[in-house]
Amino acid sequence: MSDRTIDRVAQATPVRVARKIRGLSDRAIAWIFISPTIFLLLAINIFPLIWTIQLSFTNYKANRIGREVKDVGFRNYERILTDSDTWLNMQATAHFLFWTIFFQVLIGFTLAWLINKKFKGNDLWTTIIVLPMMLSPAVVGNFWKFLYQPQIGLFNYIVSWFTGKDPSSFEMLGSVTLAPWAIVIVDTWMWTPFVMLICLAGLRSIPDYIYEAAEIDRASKLRQFFTITIPMVLPFLMLAVLFRGIENFKMFDLVVQLTGGGPGSVTELTSINLKREAFEKWRTGYASAYAIILFVTVFGLASIYVKALNKVKQR
Amino acid sequence: MSSFSVTEPTQRSKWIAGALVISYALITMIPLVWILLTGFKSPADAISYPPKVVFDPTLEGYVNLFTTRTRQTQEFLEANPPQNWADEIVRQYDMVIVGPSKFGERFMNSVIIGFGSTFLSIFLGTLAAYAFSRFKVPLKDDLLFFILSTRMMPPVAVAIPIFLMFRNLGLSDTHLGMILLYTGVNISLAVWLLKGFIDEIPREYEEAALIDGYTRFQAFYKVVLPQAATGIASTAIFCLIFAWNEYAFAVLLTSANAQTAPPFIPTIIGIGGLDWPAVAAGATIFLIPVMIFTILMRKHLLRGITFGAVRK
Repeated sequence: MSDRTIDRVAQATPVRVARKIRGLSDRAIAWIFISPTIFLLLAINIFPLIWTIQLSFTNYKANRIGREVKDVGFRNYERILTDSDTWLNMQATAHFLFWTIFFQVLIGFTLAWLINKKFKGNDLWTTIIVLPMMLSPAVVGNFWKFLYQPQIGLFNYIVSWFTGKDPSSFEMLGSVTLAPWAIVIVDTWMWTPFVMLICLAGLRSIPDYIYEAAEIDRASKLRQFFTITIPMVLPFLMLAVLFRGIENFKMFDLVVQLTGGGPGSVTELTSINLKREAFEKWRTGYASAYAIILFVTVFGLASIYVKALNKVKQR
Repeated sequence: MSSFSVTEPTQRSKWIAGALVISYALITMIPLVWILLTGFKSPADAISYPPKVVFDPTLEGYVNLFTTRTRQTQEFLEANPPQNWADEIVRQYDMVIVGPSKFGERFMNSVIIGFGSTFLSIFLGTLAAYAFSRFKVPLKDDLLFFILSTRMMPPVAVAIPIFLMFRNLGLSDTHLGMILLYTGVNISLAVWLLKGFIDEIPREYEEAALIDGYTRFQAFYKVVLPQAATGIASTAIFCLIFAWNEYAFAVLLTSANAQTAPPFIPTIIGIGGLDWPAVAAGATIFLIPVMIFTILMRKHLLRGITFGAVRK
């Protein structure tokens, strides 16, 4: 009996009859199995989202219980979008996003390509390289603060060892020009393995016979790289960029531990600003509007990107 | 593979590739090795210049991590000789141990919330995944997109309504609240990964069981569950690692009662001045379980981090 028939029989059989035949019907089981999950998703994901939308049109402050809540229409949205600080945060986020993805793709792909040469012990070293990505960003970020200390930090010491600069002459986290790069370095250290793993899966999915055919056609190694390897890995690479993009747009834990948004607000990414508005200034309504704007931005960008990704896949 | 294959890299290129990858791996390990080493340094060694690679190892950092201490007068110290090795370590600073620190409690919170939410995610997730895999369910095809879209909201944004909701329900700063929250965040991932694993189990096994007179439910737990055991285990590890590492919700929604270790470890630095060895000790204890789990499940790693989009 095929599964289709089972399904059809199950759907055609009234629950009571089915119970007599063999316990619960498939349909009943399906609903019993799924409903707790649906309920939890509604409670933790959907309901809060709707509530946030509703709050975003009010001047609600969560720390003042009993204060009259007024409906302010689109004023929160208006104020956020016309505030120049919002655009500074967006710029900081864009800088962070662009350079982390740039370095992670560059280093991640190179590493995957090298690992795919299948040298002896490549499995062991791949596992070692992957470790940073699995660790708690807050705990690791906090420790990087120690590595970045001007006089005593290991990072400054190593840099000064190579460049001859005095290790106390530069402050990675305290300087306005260096701090945005300090967070890019830690994020790259942490997440390059992620891009590497996905690229490796892409490289391993290319069947050998394609290269063999190219070899027979006397295509040079360089030509093979650009006409076979790159196009075949591209969908995987784009997927990696999608995940890193979404994750880094939301970036909070690592950067809050490293710089807390400072110095000034040069590393104040959108999530950090959101935390200040919502949980320090307690402007709940305003912060809710900010949250919705962020969500719509990521959602919009990701949808466009997924369309592009699907096109590349189809080719 | 024969040595004549054109696709097999030459011995020399393997050598170069190996050398480059190994040097990257060694560089990438420096911060982690430094955490481990700093945990065994004395506070003075930890902040010495140039940074010390060779030093006298001490358990001071670990003692400071687990205890609270106070400074005492000479008379008191002479009247109360040290009881054990930990006492002796703190005596060099004219201090005595007065009790345990909060670290043990915070670590236990991490364990309770981590395992609680993992168990719940896996329990509910396996049921839902089975239904999604085997039955016709409305909106099934939109599931992945739904899962991805719930991950697009920054946790700080989600924390606003959750904060209000927990306040109204009396769940603020409770273990139960955090377990439910992490389950809600994890369950979409769990369902999606588990569905992938269950899809791979041939339906013929269950059908054979059904024909032999098993009920659907018996077929599920006697045939499908044992087959899906590896998949369930690796999904569980993913849920556990997420809950274990999570910081944003923990720092915003918990404080005195249910706070987990990630928001606590950075605050150690404020308790005893610049006590980096204690921070490093806490980080070491906290990070090692995750490293072990990562090594155990390296085969399914890719699938987990890409929400099952890449299966290999």
